Amino acid sequence: MSGFRLSSGGLIDRNSMLNFKFDDKSFAGFEGDTLASALIASGVHLMGRSFKYHRPRGVISAGASEPNALVELREGGRREPNTRATMIELHEGLVAKSQNRWPSLEYDALAVNALASSIFVAGFYYKTFMWPKSFWEKIYEPLIRKAAGLGTASRDPDPDVYEKSYAHCDLLVVGSGPAGLMAALTAGRAGARVILADEGSRLGGSLLFENEEIAGQSGFEWAQGVISELASLQNVILMPRSTIFGWFDGNVFGALERVNDHVAMPAPFEPRQRYWRIHAKRAVLAAGAEERPLVFGGNDVPGVMLASAMRHYANRYAAAAGKAVVVFTNNDSSARTARDLAAHGVNVVAEIDVRRNGRIINVTGGKGITGVELTGKQKIPCDAVAMSGGWSPIVSLMCHRGAKPIWNEAIAAFIPPDVGAEFTAIGSAAGHMLLSECLSGGARAGTLKGKVAAAPECRDEAYAIQPFWWVKESTGKAFIDYQNDATAKDLPLAAREGYGHVELAKRYTTTGMATDQGKLGNVNAIAILAEASGKSIAEMGTTTFRPFYTPVSFGAFAGPFTAHHFQPTRKTPLHDWCVEQGATFVESGVWMRSSWFPKAGEDWLASASREVMSTRNSVGLCDVSTLGKIDVQGADAGIFLDRLYCNTFSTLSIGKARYGLMLREDGIVFDDGTTSRLAEDHYVMTTTTANAARVMSHIEFCHQVHWPELDVQYVSVTEQWAQMAIAGPKSRATVQKIVDEFVLDDETVPYMAAREITILGGMKARLFRLSFSGEHAYELAVPADYGNMAARALMQAGAEFAIVPYGVEALSMMRIEKGHAAGGELNGTTTAGDLGLGKMMSTKKDYVGRMMATREGLLDPARQTLVGIKPVDRSIKIRSGAHLLNRNAAPSMAADQGYICSVCWSPSLNMWIGMALLSNGANRHGEVVKIFDGLRGQHLLGEICSPVQFDPENRRLHA
Amino acid sequence: MLIPCPHCGTRPVEEFTFLGDATVTRPVNNDPGAWQAYVYERENPRGDFAEYAHHSGGCRAWLVVTRNTQTHHVLDAVIASNFKRKAKS
Repeated sequence: MSGFRLSSGGLIDRNSMLNFKFDDKSFAGFEGDTLASALIASGVHLMGRSFKYHRPRGVISAGASEPNALVELREGGRREPNTRATMIELHEGLVAKSQNRWPSLEYDALAVNALASSIFVAGFYYKTFMWPKSFWEKIYEPLIRKAAGLGTASRDPDPDVYEKSYAHCDLLVVGSGPAGLMAALTAGRAGARVILADEGSRLGGSLLFENEEIAGQSGFEWAQGVISELASLQNVILMPRSTIFGWFDGNVFGALERVNDHVAMPAPFEPRQRYWRIHAKRAVLAAGAEERPLVFGGNDVPGVMLASAMRHYANRYAAAAGKAVVVFTNNDSSARTARDLAAHGVNVVAEIDVRRNGRIINVTGGKGITGVELTGKQKIPCDAVAMSGGWSPIVSLMCHRGAKPIWNEAIAAFIPPDVGAEFTAIGSAAGHMLLSECLSGGARAGTLKGKVAAAPECRDEAYAIQPFWWVKESTGKAFIDYQNDATAKDLPLAAREGYGHVELAKRYTTTGMATDQGKLGNVNAIAILAEASGKSIAEMGTTTFRPFYTPVSFGAFAGPFTAHHFQPTRKTPLHDWCVEQGATFVESGVWMRSSWFPKAGEDWLASASREVMSTRNSVGLCDVSTLGKIDVQGADAGIFLDRLYCNTFSTLSIGKARYGLMLREDGIVFDDGTTSRLAEDHYVMTTTTANAARVMSHIEFCHQVHWPELDVQYVSVTEQWAQMAIAGPKSRATVQKIVDEFVLDDETVPYMAAREITILGGMKARLFRLSFSGEHAYELAVPADYGNMAARALMQAGAEFAIVPYGVEALSMMRIEKGHAAGGELNGTTTAGDLGLGKMMSTKKDYVGRMMATREGLLDPARQTLVGIKPVDRSIKIRSGAHLLNRNAAPSMAADQGYICSVCWSPSLNMWIGMALLSNGANRHGEVVKIFDGLRGQHLLGEICSPVQFDPENRRLHA
Repeated sequence: MLIPCPHCGTRPVEEFTFLGDATVTRPVNNDPGAWQAYVYERENPRGDFAEYAHHSGGCRAWLVVTRNTQTHHVLDAVIASNFKRKAKS
């Protein structure tokens, strides 16, 4: 209990007290506090337990880089693990819990890990859990996962909504400190479209907590003036609480706006977070610099803090980290901390500067600091330590597209690479440590054209640093990466064991991993690794920077596209009719298709079998609207279709339909369907349901790329037409009843006829005499909005013949009975010849796939070709996916003869039947083969036959 | 990534479907070697690369987009039939 609230100062509203809970204990803070500042002010430094050793940990930083103070925020479905207490804005009723401790933060049973720390060295996973092998999955891994963890996600659904948004600007400014404000102001005044984004809850960056002087005012006052001017400009968008998390191709930036994370619950219709994609003509990185910790024994005891964080808490939040503070530094900037704390009346007991008066060897204390031991055995009692190891420009974003940062000796830090004029760094993000450089850099970057604007006068404070990486005399653990419990000793060990490359050392020691991605520790780690490897820091280089700068929740990525908004639901024009008829639907791609129409007590098989038998015995009606329909018109439509299909369409008579087969350019079958000619220059193509979109793109490609000279136009009309199949011996009598003034017979509507007619007293319709079922059948197309009406009329017309609706299950049974190829056979491996359709391939014209289809390998008689198959024992069920072997062959890949691609129960034949691809299949009808189903352990004998197992003479088709 | 569609203006890459190398031309002869090259053989250049892009979520035009494969910088986008004529000359 060493932190306390200063009696005055800070950007907090002392009249607005906020109550909150941390680990079930009640606390109070003020409006303007973060969770971290409110806890410090309440005397709480212990905020978490470390990852491996479960050491007590306190807050180190005051911003996004915080590695220790990670908490589970909120409760129930709104619980969010691993949130940084330094970034959480305090609000009334806030509830947070510490992580990675059991049973409590104060008494953590797994702190015994620290006693066994000799085995938890770098690479300990690889070394310790190697044997016995069987222990890994059952014992080691579950143990490790339980012990070494961060927060736990909620299992309840997230009740909040998330949005996605796009923005465009002339200049994106990342960061709102002095450099960013100056850039935004300059560009904004010149009329450019500016977006100024900052991850903080308030704009102002370092000016919110550093004592500066700009244009004769305090830095804070100057910033407030600039921000209100920016807010008044219509062309400037201010985005506080918005982290630019990534830089992507085309100068696109990703941003996460925490719209309502600062309240307990978003207001109605407001999102919790908004995921932005910002297209910037130019962008400037004004993200500032990150202060580095120093590496010395006990540098993780709660109460040890970055020097800048300590003055941040004091100046902005009026929260003092302790009553007796020791400052430890290797550079000039920490002088500000000593000065500011003294101004607040906090006792700074010593300033230890490696350049002048020694080093801190160890911090003493456990859950709080009792004192420090210096070189020369001197001991100083204290309750807080402020450390500064120098400043690292926040280069991350500029390296997201592959460029590496550059080591700069003068400031002992990596500075951003030159990535071109579209994205430049200014201020301390560019390694400029003087305020005047930040302001002039901002003015320069904000001047998009013309003479560079002038920057205001300001007071500079000189900056100098002596690189200092590790107090080697330390006996206590000296941490480099707090979050992963990686110590200074781990890196030389990694180098000794052959993992000295910076990328290998990262994986071996886990330095720089997890939620903070080494924001604080990486440069120290690289320096120590370089020294151990006998290289310079520049030679060692950094690991790879990748998006995301800070973690982004899955909710933000998903945006509003969750549950039934995840993808569209596509309903056919006959959906309502299908519902009326009691359909069970199946998702087929995004389509909802009627699968079967059960009567009371029927399962799917009973229902589909009855639908087949009723159709074959009398008449059935099926929704086939999902078939792709493409209208093709133009003087060259026939020639164009000739080139798309392997068979010929330019010779098709007007008023007739023809089955067509499309190949891919490599000679494999692409798609099939019937295409009808309605006029000299007008065809209507149908495609399979699954390939409708692909065929459309293919048609566009062939015309626009291969043959743009052809006079042809095409458009998808899938959604414009409702289409139904009317099949069965009573189909003609049924359809006749709704057709206007027209007698249906083999003369007017012969097999494969395609006619434009009217029905029901003037409704436009197209009537095709096509059959997929093998029955005398029709397909009737009507404009989509009349679909349900036409289907109802057909049901009424067919009532006297006991017409039934049938679904895709019955459709599929009938097509297998008739040996029609479908998805299982048009599977991207079969040629026209394989499907028994080789004769369709024209030799008189060019078409897509012509040349490659004639390759030797695709004409090999040993290829697997389409056959029918049935079990020798007719009572047994066969299954698709089973492989076929010669009757007496032992199963092996070499002995494989083919496989079953489609299977159904055949109500018409009263047994299970299938279609298979079998080597040299066309010549093996009648042969008995072994059906080998290793997956399901089923082995039986099957008889090969013609694919057409029902009505092989097609008598019913023409009945 | 943004692509300047000649019909629609600058549009996000998500509206486009890419098909690959646009420098190959469908052979007009029956030479198996030429067909083999057309269907299967592809360069994988580092640097500028012309590839087919379908504005499938827009005007439905097939374009040829020239992009630097290293930087993803888009240099050019033209109607595919225009590109073909340019390549011939």
